[in-house]
Amino acid sequence: MADIAMQPRMAKAQIREATTWDQLRTNRNWLGFWFMLPAMAFLIFFLAYPLGLGIWISFTDAKIGRPGEFIGVENYEWLWGDSIFWLSVFNTLLYTSVASAIKFAIGLYLALLLNENMPFKAMLRALVLIPFIVPTVLSALAFWWIFDSQFSIISWSLKHLGLITQNINFLGDVTWARICVIFANIWRGVPFVAITLLAGLQTVQPSLYEAATLDGASKWEMFRYITYPLLTPIIAVVMTFSVLFTFTDFQLIWAMTRGGPVNATHLMATLSYQRAIIAGQLGEGAAISSAMIPFLLAAIMVSWFGLQRRKWQQGENND
Amino acid sequence: MSSVQIRDVRKSFGGFEVLHGVSIPIEDGAFVVLVGPSGCGKSTLLRMLAGLENITSGTISIGDRVVNNVQPKERDIAMVFQNYALYPHMTVADNMGFSLKLRGASADEISKGVARAAEILALTPLLDRYPRQLSGGQRQRVAMGRAIVRDPQVFLFDEPLSNLDAKLRVAMRTEIKELHQRLKTTTVYVTHDQIEAMTMADKIVVMHDGIVEQIGTPLELYDRPDNQFVAGFIGSPAMNFLKGRVKVNGSAGFEGPNGVKLPLASAPANSDGRPAVYGVRPEHFTIADDGAEAEIVVVEPTGSETQVFAKLGGEQVVAVFRERHQFNPGDKVRLKPDPALVHLFDETTGKRLNA
Repeated sequence: MADIAMQPRMAKAQIREATTWDQLRTNRNWLGFWFMLPAMAFLIFFLAYPLGLGIWISFTDAKIGRPGEFIGVENYEWLWGDSIFWLSVFNTLLYTSVASAIKFAIGLYLALLLNENMPFKAMLRALVLIPFIVPTVLSALAFWWIFDSQFSIISWSLKHLGLITQNINFLGDVTWARICVIFANIWRGVPFVAITLLAGLQTVQPSLYEAATLDGASKWEMFRYITYPLLTPIIAVVMTFSVLFTFTDFQLIWAMTRGGPVNATHLMATLSYQRAIIAGQLGEGAAISSAMIPFLLAAIMVSWFGLQRRKWQQGENND
Repeated sequence: MSSVQIRDVRKSFGGFEVLHGVSIPIEDGAFVVLVGPSGCGKSTLLRMLAGLENITSGTISIGDRVVNNVQPKERDIAMVFQNYALYPHMTVADNMGFSLKLRGASADEISKGVARAAEILALTPLLDRYPRQLSGGQRQRVAMGRAIVRDPQVFLFDEPLSNLDAKLRVAMRTEIKELHQRLKTTTVYVTHDQIEAMTMADKIVVMHDGIVEQIGTPLELYDRPDNQFVAGFIGSPAMNFLKGRVKVNGSAGFEGPNGVKLPLASAPANSDGRPAVYGVRPEHFTIADDGAEAEIVVVEPTGSETQVFAKLGGEQVVAVFRERHQFNPGDKVRLKPDPALVHLFDETTGKRLNA
């Protein structure tokens, strides 16, 4: 009896005003801040710092081996009057728009095809991924060989079929070179689009198609009124990524053409590398890279609006 | 409106036959419920009727027309799916008007048709909402609205109430039945819930393992099940089955497990000593001095009635009483089945033996 009477009194004695430290110690937001710190440090160190440094260098006359001084927008003024820079902007836009559009069309077609019931479905799905898993440089080398001016298998085949008499100078001709690099980019990029859209297609309830069948929809009407609207959120994501990857492409071009012939396939990324690293003009190269930022932001804005949750995806009664 | 004839229909998936020759006549304007446990083939049959599955052999006709090779959209049927299958990106009005839109109806016709169906189902205030913004019961009604808009020959329902909570299910049950009484469209309704079947159907088709066990009105099935499966499937709590032998010496009787004597109104001819299954519904037990002794195990009052689980000859049976007896577990009572309402089944085939 005495014990029981004692305990509440002792417990009571320990109750005191919570200090600031006590409040902090039990505050979940404060704790959350500490858990967030490593990730934040990681992002600042590896993403924000290089980006900031790149932008800073673009405002200096840094060269390899020389820190450089602040020169304002001189690099940009110089680029404004540089026809090769404008050619690379044109090339990049052409490369991105043509390749992305075709990647989307083929990717969607493949996704719809792979979503059908057919024999060896799992194997075909795995096969589609192959271009994606081959290292870029390796596939670029393969394409370089396929499009070689002397040993191209395409020229060889066409010659043996008697369709042409001379080798096609795939990577030496302006138009052909552009077609070739775009083709290679499409070949590499289609699996990503196809597999992602396929994943999206599989989230569509099969009973919706059954209901549409009974409602009298043809295959095309099902695609037009059911599949496509339900797929738009995924399309927005996958095409944003596809455009970003294509716009910043470097490896394929560098391995296949190095920007040639006569800068016809120079993208902003390859031109930046050439000016900054090969020619040593760090400031100017950084300015070319920084000039990509507005384009990329524009692409992201487009998808940001495309990605906004549509009204039908919302759960609340907010009519 | 149309009658539907299902004649000797079979269905195989690969080499595996799931429907073994099913024949069901459905009169014009009837409300027919296909009921059976999971995997009995009832949903498959409904999907074959809708045209979503091919018919392996046999014929299905709607009206005078054999529809085996008719496209689903040409069959003039409408189906309500278990998960509603509403188009998530369309408003209620668009969902309901989709079939008219595909048919090429004018905007005016579509909105009239939708308005009419919405009024029948009290959906008018919800027409601009998206399916996500609706409750389960409202979605269910939209799914029915989509069917009504088409004004079909036959309504098909595939377990439409399974995703609703118990209270709503009862309310929707009544609503669907009311709707049928109003529209008088031939309806085929699939469910695994025998209460749904009993309460809604004009005619119940009990299916089991790909065959039709019995077709009849709810009370026919309840009062006179053709076999032990139907007897056990229809009714809740389920019928009690006691194995034993028919005894005929002077008057008919039944010797249950451990020699328990049970009454029998009349025995089938030449059945003395024949092994059989004695079936008695829980509500057909009475407490009587000449009953068989049983020991009460559990008492479950539900308010309107009391369910009593007891050991009768070592077997557990359940009895339901509307009167409020004072029972306690361990009590000994004398349970007497009403001999006029007892069912007798063959021990091996499960076929009904008594008249």
